[in-house]
Amino acid sequence: MDSALASDDVYLRPSVQTAVKLLIVGHFAVGKTTFVGTLSEIRPLRTEEVMTEAGALVDDLAGMRDKTTTTVALDFGRLTLNDRLVLYLFGTPGQQRFTRLWQDMTQGALGALVLADTRRLSQSFEVMGVLEEHGLPYAVALNQFHDAPAYELDEVREALDLLPETPLVRCDARDRVSSTRALIRLVEYLLTLPPSRLRQSEGTPDGHLEHA
Amino acid sequence: MTPRRRPTDRLVRSYVVTDGRAHPTRNTLDLVTLLIATDDLPLTGLNPEKRRLMELCRPGALSVAEVAGHLSLPVGVAKVLIADLMDSGHIVTRAPIPAARPTDARILQEVLDGLRARL
Repeated sequence: MDSALASDDVYLRPSVQTAVKLLIVGHFAVGKTTFVGTLSEIRPLRTEEVMTEAGALVDDLAGMRDKTTTTVALDFGRLTLNDRLVLYLFGTPGQQRFTRLWQDMTQGALGALVLADTRRLSQSFEVMGVLEEHGLPYAVALNQFHDAPAYELDEVREALDLLPETPLVRCDARDRVSSTRALIRLVEYLLTLPPSRLRQSEGTPDGHLEHA
Repeated sequence: MTPRRRPTDRLVRSYVVTDGRAHPTRNTLDLVTLLIATDDLPLTGLNPEKRRLMELCRPGALSVAEVAGHLSLPVGVAKVLIADLMDSGHIVTRAPIPAARPTDARILQEVLDGLRARL
């Protein structure tokens, strides 16, 4: 830690005024940490949120010291986009039961990129369901694993039951350009949404729809 | 695959660090709230964790998430400490997004431009 802290780019540029976040979500081992690590300008960091409530009853407790808590890891990285604006990417598992974590994570998030694996497409449903429940718009990126079956995007779209407007792209989480393109596609999509569907960043959970 | 490294083997349990509190004194802290340490207040009287937090933050701005990550503290614990340090005037924040409502599209455009410039 000390050596990393000694390097200059640990800290934000003094001119940075605004920080925004995007979520990178997906099931276990789909490549979230790789994706975040590929794009981050800092050594990716990990922190954790200790869940004391909802997880306790349904979790596999083998090997856990304390039966009443569940730990959810958050891997995150940072991209300075210009002198004033910095983007944080948070990679997190999308399990339904971490409700409080999801409230925390989605609050203020601009949107989410769902990473999916064609070998285990069905495992992406839970993640997408959580995002829909929280009203967070998302795009889907198929992380390419070489032993994975090469389906056409149309087939995958159908299998995932995506809305026609939901972007679906291929990406290689190990590749910076490919991963950047996936994020670009997500943000392009967010820009097409009416303001009422965009997330409010602070404290206004239902947004404000103007009637007349 | 992510190696499972659980920073739970701290010498001091979380509830000691926070004086037994699970919630920060304010709930305005987001993961990406940017923190800036003031350097005119002495660190005397701060517990070791708060002192470490101040030492981490003094050289430059960091987000709440980064502070938690660097100090190997769960986010919830870091928020309690940060809120205390805000109460005592040791830390000030930059709002995550200044009242971002109609400006969301502008921020998105800025994000898009920034990402495209990286290709």
